[in-house]
Amino acid sequence: MFLLTTIHGIPVFPTAASTAAIQQDRLAWFLLLVTGGITLFIAVLIVTFAIRYGEHRHPQAVQIEGNNLLELGWTAATLVIFMVMFFWGARLYYHEYTEPPHAIHINVIAKQWMWKFQHAEGQREIDELHVPVNRPVVLTMISQDVIHSFFVPAFRLKKDVLPGRYRDLWFQADKIGKYQLFCSQYCGAEHSRMRGTVYVMSQADYAKWLQNSGAMGSAAYDGERLFQDLACITCHRADSTARGPNLVGLYGRTVHLNDGSTVLADDNYIRESILYPNAKIVAGFEPIMPTFRGQIDESQLLDLVEYIKSLKTQQQLEPYNNRSAPPNGPRPTESRTQQP
Amino acid sequence: MSTATAPQPQSNYLNEESSLRSWLLTTDHKRIAILYTLSITFFFLLGGIFALLIRIELLSPNGMWVSDETYNKLFSMHGIIMVWFFLVPSIPTTLGNFLIPLMIGAKDVAFPKLNLLSWYLFMAGGIFTVYAIIAGGVDTGWTFYTPLSTGYVNGHVITAATGIFIAGFGTILTGLNFIVTIHRMRAPGMTWSRLPLFIWSNYATSIILVLATPVLAITLLLVAVERFAHVGIFDPALGGDPVLFQHLFWFYSHPAVYIMILPGMGVVSELISAFSKKRVFGYGYVAASSIAIAVFGFLVWAHHMFVAGISVYAAMVFSLLSYMVSVPSAIKVFNWTATLYKGAIAYKTPLFYAIGFIGLFTWGGMTGLFLASLGMDVHVHDTYFVIAHFHYIMVGGMVMAYLGGLHYWWPKISGRMYPEAWGRIAALIIFVGFNLTFFPQFILGYLGMPRRYHTYPPQFQFWHVLSSAGASILGIGYLLPLCYLLWSIKHGEVAGPNPWGSTGLEWRTSSPPPTHNFNKLPVVTWEAYDYSSVPKNREEAPYA
Repeated sequence: MFLLTTIHGIPVFPTAASTAAIQQDRLAWFLLLVTGGITLFIAVLIVTFAIRYGEHRHPQAVQIEGNNLLELGWTAATLVIFMVMFFWGARLYYHEYTEPPHAIHINVIAKQWMWKFQHAEGQREIDELHVPVNRPVVLTMISQDVIHSFFVPAFRLKKDVLPGRYRDLWFQADKIGKYQLFCSQYCGAEHSRMRGTVYVMSQADYAKWLQNSGAMGSAAYDGERLFQDLACITCHRADSTARGPNLVGLYGRTVHLNDGSTVLADDNYIRESILYPNAKIVAGFEPIMPTFRGQIDESQLLDLVEYIKSLKTQQQLEPYNNRSAPPNGPRPTESRTQQP
Repeated sequence: MSTATAPQPQSNYLNEESSLRSWLLTTDHKRIAILYTLSITFFFLLGGIFALLIRIELLSPNGMWVSDETYNKLFSMHGIIMVWFFLVPSIPTTLGNFLIPLMIGAKDVAFPKLNLLSWYLFMAGGIFTVYAIIAGGVDTGWTFYTPLSTGYVNGHVITAATGIFIAGFGTILTGLNFIVTIHRMRAPGMTWSRLPLFIWSNYATSIILVLATPVLAITLLLVAVERFAHVGIFDPALGGDPVLFQHLFWFYSHPAVYIMILPGMGVVSELISAFSKKRVFGYGYVAASSIAIAVFGFLVWAHHMFVAGISVYAAMVFSLLSYMVSVPSAIKVFNWTATLYKGAIAYKTPLFYAIGFIGLFTWGGMTGLFLASLGMDVHVHDTYFVIAHFHYIMVGGMVMAYLGGLHYWWPKISGRMYPEAWGRIAALIIFVGFNLTFFPQFILGYLGMPRRYHTYPPQFQFWHVLSSAGASILGIGYLLPLCYLLWSIKHGEVAGPNPWGSTGLEWRTSSPPPTHNFNKLPVVTWEAYDYSSVPKNREEAPYA
């Protein structure tokens, strides 16, 4: 609709490359038209009055106290216009905050001053993000230090990336190309250099890229190794005598807690339970889990969460050594933490 | 009127005493207003120098002269100085201090000594902040977002915060003083419905000053505690919540936006009436809208946080309330426009500023509607669109109103007229320079240029160069009044008591006013802006 981006080489309008961008631009044009119209109307009135009633032409001012009907009229008209703006904006925002099903999940770690991306298939990138066109993508984002903000102007999307909390942002790119990624929340000395590139590829190219980018194992597989290495498996077993809750099928379930309350087992709950095990105790269990704060970084935490999310059958929880190789092929051992 | 070089004939607040001591220990609201005017002019120039350096640096996409860190300090200090040491005190402490007692027919404010203390607190805060600059600066941005400010930057955060903390007490006392003055010190007959609109808007401002500033003080204290003693309040690594800081900060800083604009609205109501020789259309609505803005202003803070981590439904509530707070502002604009209708409009400098204000404030407000719209804010949040928006309100609005007011009341303050031709030229230069500086920033913002960027992709350069060119024009525009107003103190035409033929009580005493404002107690029998009550002879000062 609005493909015009430059006039004589001067950029006047940003490229639109996501489903949200098109809707956002429509809203922007609507707002511009209405506000521009009203501003122009007021300007014309002021200039007309200023000329028409200049003291040389109109030396005697006519004292007018006011007009209640007029006051009510313009107040009501203003309210109506504002409500249209509100509803349109709120609808789009709601849409932008409602994740579609069957999306590709990518984890994002922001830190001073770089972007790290971890694909579910195990690919890791820095300051570059490859995504397929016409498929919804959900980014689960966290910061390792201060607040950052993920902003891709061509997608018209932005969300702050907070330390200590996962936040999701979803988009569906609809135009193949290379787009700028900015950190838009001031984050210290090199804030303006915390930029990156989003590559939107055809689905075939994306599949090829996934194959050729040298990942050894999926994020869940890395998480599984950590689960073993950190000895989580000794307590979080599948049998009924386990000292910790069984994690199979946990993700997305409602968990009953010790104090009678319930909590939804989402990414943030799992993260909190690893770092602050005593914050929420599952009903029927003792607060005996040690904290892993300081022992694992955000990237490993995300892998652990991916693994726990992937637990669908009891068989997956059996000790690693007794099982055959994971579907994506074994990953060469990296000694990231001490062996159990 | 005559061009006299002889000293002012009658005794007035300026010539009664002249020692430095008489100025530094004065409790006269008019002299304190002068002290504030000199102080905020200094801070405006200081903040302006930072702005100029920022605009020079942004000529090049890769940064040319300063390091990343220095650039970050420049915009942080620009913001801190301009917000707390120019915009917040600007109109209330200068024109407000000078005019509130005069307009309501009082000898002084309710607590003259407290008024002087306010200035000393302001200056002490200013000295702390200037020290923080000289000692190496602050690079947190004026917003002090955590955990950046509490754990990740090296600048003089606590020193600068202390400066703002101390100056804050000065503004709380000013607000308190004005509230009590307006309640208790009105002359006989000066009922609430006869108050000039400037008083209404300063009254609304004072309520915000008293209620909101303590929250800022607490917030800055908490930042200092976390930074100094590592008590976990905002930093998740210490067990805190970074979004909590934003709630607290904006609970002050959004109402503070209205601290900065409400007094300007009051000035514009006075100017429009005075130069169209007409009562303000819908007086009651304009007065009530000031109070409505002050009340609603407290309920919209989280619209600064639509992408920062609040729930979808909270965001919707704050978006709705943000539209609500815009309604009273729209009412004001409509009423000002209607006031011009069938007036007898005199094209004097203050009117130029008033009309400039309405234009720029309206466009600033309109672009605020973009930001209040949730789906739209997601794209333009933290971009140059926001920078342009609030400069249209703060600089296009507040500074225009301040300059307009300064010109309008200059004869009252100094006893001299400013040179009219120069006044109009300067107003025009400022208007053109301002738009050239800030309009391109709307386009930059929609294109996606994030704020607080030292380096930027080269595709944005054209608009940055245009903006910097505009800033140089704007800079010249601001220097002009500084020069000719100073010149006029000695060489300007001597002003009579009421050179504009205005209605307010301040115009019914001599120019400059005597130390106790009125030698005869005024008894008010007319409504504000009742032009039939004005003495025909502009040299007449019935209450002098």
